[in-house]
Amino acid sequence: MGGISRYIAQRLMLTIPMLFILVTIVFVILRVMPGDPVLAMLGGRNVSPAVLEAHRQKLGLDKPLIHQYGEYLGQIIRGDFGTSMSTSQPVLRELFSRLPATVELAIFGLLVAVLLGFVTGVIAATRPGQVIDHVIRVFHIGSFAVPLFWFGLMLQVFVAVKLGWLPVAKPLSGSISYAFQSKTGFFLLDGMLQGRWDWVADAAKHLVLPAITLGFAQAGFLGRMTRASMLEVLDADYVTTARAKGLREWGVVLRHALRNALIPIVTVFGLQFAILMGGAVLTETVFSWPGVASYLMTSITARDYPAIQGTVIFIAIFISVINLIIDVLYTVIDPRVRY
Amino acid sequence: MSRIGRGARVVARERILLVGIVIVSGFIIITILGQVPGFTPYDPVYYRSAPRLQGPSAQHWMGTDQLQRDVFSRVISGGKASLIVAFSAVAISMAGGAVLGWISGFFGGWLDRGLSLTMDALYSFPSIILAITLVVVLGAGLQPMIWSVAIVYVPTYFRVSRAEVLKVRETTYIEAIRAVGASRTRIVLRHMAPNTVNAIMAVSSFNLADAILTVAALSFLGFGLPPPAPDWGFDIQNGQKYLQSGSWWLITFPGLMIVFLSLGFGLIGEGVSDLVNPKRRHKI
Repeated sequence: MGGISRYIAQRLMLTIPMLFILVTIVFVILRVMPGDPVLAMLGGRNVSPAVLEAHRQKLGLDKPLIHQYGEYLGQIIRGDFGTSMSTSQPVLRELFSRLPATVELAIFGLLVAVLLGFVTGVIAATRPGQVIDHVIRVFHIGSFAVPLFWFGLMLQVFVAVKLGWLPVAKPLSGSISYAFQSKTGFFLLDGMLQGRWDWVADAAKHLVLPAITLGFAQAGFLGRMTRASMLEVLDADYVTTARAKGLREWGVVLRHALRNALIPIVTVFGLQFAILMGGAVLTETVFSWPGVASYLMTSITARDYPAIQGTVIFIAIFISVINLIIDVLYTVIDPRVRY
Repeated sequence: MSRIGRGARVVARERILLVGIVIVSGFIIITILGQVPGFTPYDPVYYRSAPRLQGPSAQHWMGTDQLQRDVFSRVISGGKASLIVAFSAVAISMAGGAVLGWISGFFGGWLDRGLSLTMDALYSFPSIILAITLVVVLGAGLQPMIWSVAIVYVPTYFRVSRAEVLKVRETTYIEAIRAVGASRTRIVLRHMAPNTVNAIMAVSSFNLADAILTVAALSFLGFGLPPPAPDWGFDIQNGQKYLQSGSWWLITFPGLMIVFLSLGFGLIGEGVSDLVNPKRRHKI
């Protein structure tokens, strides 16, 4: 086996125990911890013991914990994430139908974060100590303190309602969502595939504010890392060499410095992705976005216990897979990494 | 010079730290006073004689909500849950995470591997999703929120204290103490733990800044204090209903409070980190 494929195999072997622990943590939280999910599911107080018992039996919660755990693991390995109590649909099918909306949002959110973060980070690093550097650093530090959901609401009030520039929420306008035919689940892609550019334009307009909301919180972090990393790289000898060769400054910055500055940033991308998924919960809630994260909130409101459990496990697995992919990509970006 | 005097000098020199401390203590004082009846210009909960959903005016600086209450009065007294939950949760996770980290780092072996993997798994989870899941099981309210947020941040402290213990474990002075025949508990508590305090303190201020946001998000999603208690996160959720009609003041002001409080903790974190690691100042 070649270097990279062996590395992928090794990395997979590490992912499996990690997933096992994650799945176990979810089990411990939902079934072992104090608090009665069935009671909560039935609306809290004043539930007769008989009804409670019947529900426990239906969900298999009356059996001994170790038995439940075995059954639970077996189901997950078989890809059975349970059946939603409110829609009677398999949870996994619902999640897969909603995944594209979340992925679409996450991609554009990440795009905003990367653009905003890299651009501000590079500008600040190339003008250290100047006014623009201070302004950007204040923005970077300040963006950590802004609650994501509030930032989204602010955009809704001021940009969408007051100025009327963009739609307030949802992925499509009411009139278009009637006619809209979903093929892939990605709104932009669906429009393009069917040649309906009016759909694409509508979907794009609806995507702007949620993507900015999701990207903003990450931009500060990425910007800060970019600045620190760039400052270090710009001092390196090969940058001096490049400058001495008479290359244009922006060429030096972008071609020689930024590429190397990216390396430490990509390492933290996996972690950033988890934060991005967390941000998606709030963004989807604020913007009525029909993704995986808003399914979690709907399930919680409906006290749909199997759906909550299934969604949390799904998100855990999804993040592990993304981390795996990022780790592999890392070897591509930094050729020095040989596994 | 007295220790307090020296401490005060250090704080004064570190301007970022000073600003952060001023902001945070200001918030604490205002929030405590806000719980005293009569401190706020109007009653934050039962006031009913203002116009409904009115924008900021001379009488009502931050406008009024749909129940004719004064937003300014609610904003002043609405930080109670955020501060209580953030401080208690961070204290719990700091204690729990640090002790686990010391044990894990000191003893090593399968215990260390198991604990580290579990903490990594918890850490890889989006904190807000973990907090929501915990709060669903534990129920809404102050105490469940404290425990949920505390569990979410345990891995943060675990990692820091474990890493610090690993750094000092092989040093000569620990070896010397071992040679003298000190018990393992004594080595960990008297000789290793103090070395991890600096790093833990630096992390805790940033952690408080983040905890404020997590608490606000939980309240916003409806897991916080039950109404009609004033609470920033909940008040923002309430304001969301009137967003389409352009009632911006309902959302804007409670949110700004969250931003400033979190920023205050963040600045303290910056200042403390600079103090602990002076080289850092020039880099970041």
